[in-house]
Amino acid sequence: MAQGIWIIAEQREGELRKISFELVSEGRRLADKMGQSVTAILLGSHIKGKAAVLGKYGADKVIVADDERLATYTTDAYVSVLSQLTRASEPAIILLSATVQGKDMSGRLAARLGVGMAQDCVAFSIENSNLIARRPIYAGKAYATVTFEESWPQIATGRPNVFELNEPDDSRPVEVIGAEFNLDDSQFKTKIIESIQEAGGKVDLTEAERIVSGGRGMKGPENYVILEELADLIGATVGASRSAVDAGWRPHSDQVGQTGKVVSPNLYIACGISGAIQHLAGMGTSKYTVAVNKDPDAPIFQKADYGVVGDLFEVVPALIEEIKKIL
Amino acid sequence: MNIVVCLKQVPDTESQIKIAPDGRSIVTDNIKWVMNPYDEYAVEEGLRLKEKFGGEVTIIGVGPKRVTESIRTALAMGADRGILVDDPAVADTDPLSTARVLKAVINDLDSDIILCGKQGVDGDYGLVGSSLAELLSIPQISVVVKLEVSADGSTVRAHREVEGGIFVIESPLPVLITAQKGLNEPRYASLPGIMKAKKKPLDVKTLADLGLDPSEVGADAAKIKIMQITPPGQRKPGKVVEGETPQEKAANLARLLHEEAKVI
Repeated sequence: MAQGIWIIAEQREGELRKISFELVSEGRRLADKMGQSVTAILLGSHIKGKAAVLGKYGADKVIVADDERLATYTTDAYVSVLSQLTRASEPAIILLSATVQGKDMSGRLAARLGVGMAQDCVAFSIENSNLIARRPIYAGKAYATVTFEESWPQIATGRPNVFELNEPDDSRPVEVIGAEFNLDDSQFKTKIIESIQEAGGKVDLTEAERIVSGGRGMKGPENYVILEELADLIGATVGASRSAVDAGWRPHSDQVGQTGKVVSPNLYIACGISGAIQHLAGMGTSKYTVAVNKDPDAPIFQKADYGVVGDLFEVVPALIEEIKKIL
Repeated sequence: MNIVVCLKQVPDTESQIKIAPDGRSIVTDNIKWVMNPYDEYAVEEGLRLKEKFGGEVTIIGVGPKRVTESIRTALAMGADRGILVDDPAVADTDPLSTARVLKAVINDLDSDIILCGKQGVDGDYGLVGSSLAELLSIPQISVVVKLEVSADGSTVRAHREVEGGIFVIESPLPVLITAQKGLNEPRYASLPGIMKAKKKPLDVKTLADLGLDPSEVGADAAKIKIMQITPPGQRKPGKVVEGETPQEKAANLARLLHEEAKVI
């Protein structure tokens, strides 16, 4: 009988990502309901020193697959190692991060194991030891509750910034062990040629706690400088609406919405964004939304916790000055 | 070069989504069905590869008869032929089963590059591409924003978008690529293209034609089942931030964010 919850931790350049702690925290809550254990799986190179911290958030055990060929994520190597570990230990549930890496890996892993997979979930529960997952569909215009049909492991990815972090507990014991696996890299076809980091090292929109976003009301690419100033002040990432991206004002990687990024920050400030349905779908799970728009009938105000009817070119600079007084 | 593009038809992104009385599906009456936006990038990239290397672009769709409209759109853009798998048994299936159906079609095609959108903007699973690559035992490169094929057509170099950066990945052919916005600007179908598309071959196949049984790929084979679809939670009504001047409004907003929401 399949037993236990596995969390596939995610590291980039040897640093664990916050989503890994979020998923270990959620895994702990689920495991307590099932009376089972939480095991974190960490793949990387010279990574063992990072393992114990996963215990503070609730992992009972960390299995470390340490190999130079696992330093950077590749589909071939990671799925090979994970499928071997899974077949050897038969966990009941595997949670991965709903990041570009986690989504790439989870589909292939589930297909290799021939099991079901729920992508990009925002809530989990347990019923009769089965995982129930709630996930947005149509970019959040609706939510589907899905179950796994009597197959194990039950695999799901969890969206960043959604699951509550446990208070780290330094006194929790954690067992760190090395994984046993074979890595036949003669079978691997893809190789990473280069990794290009975006300038400035900004937090990605999908992981950002705060976002300042601009739409057609920005009137041109040059005006985003005021949003960047506000974003720098409050530690936010700048986003954009589809119309701003399609106009060529901002790169497509900045787009928030159904054909862009789906985000769930604590604070989303929408400036000069009318609120097309595909945009609202992409930011609807933000905890607090502020809208600044000249048009009092703009649909964005329906989603806003705080609506400011006014000219963003007057309101945003004034807001920057007011926030400076507070900080 | 044999290029295959897997295509899905989805509700237009401007569509309102209403939940059907059964609580497990959506109301489709007033839906405008379109080619999945990410698949448009996949089709366009397929056409560009054909223009450079020659060969044929085959469009494969799975779904009801209306999907032929989206396949015709791809043919009007310049693709050579279409195959639709239309079988009531696959209506409610899951991504892994969809990938099995696609594999059965692709097995006969001797393809060099398979292109998919990075996800369908309906179910938002984003699983068909990687599942299909696994079933075909070929490499995958997902979320691609730039694709270069070597002059001899033996390897691809793809820019894969990750959080805060790009990975440049090289792979031999055959390979499966999933397309992200930014890969290209999809062309519009021209009027002559639309006329020509009407004469291009579009085969409709059933599971039986592919040697598949509904018990392998139909709704009963699905490993994931939707129990319920619910609307997003209603937000509590927001506040209009008061003030006579922009400065007053900004001051009130800053205070609310700091004291009430406690997010600044």
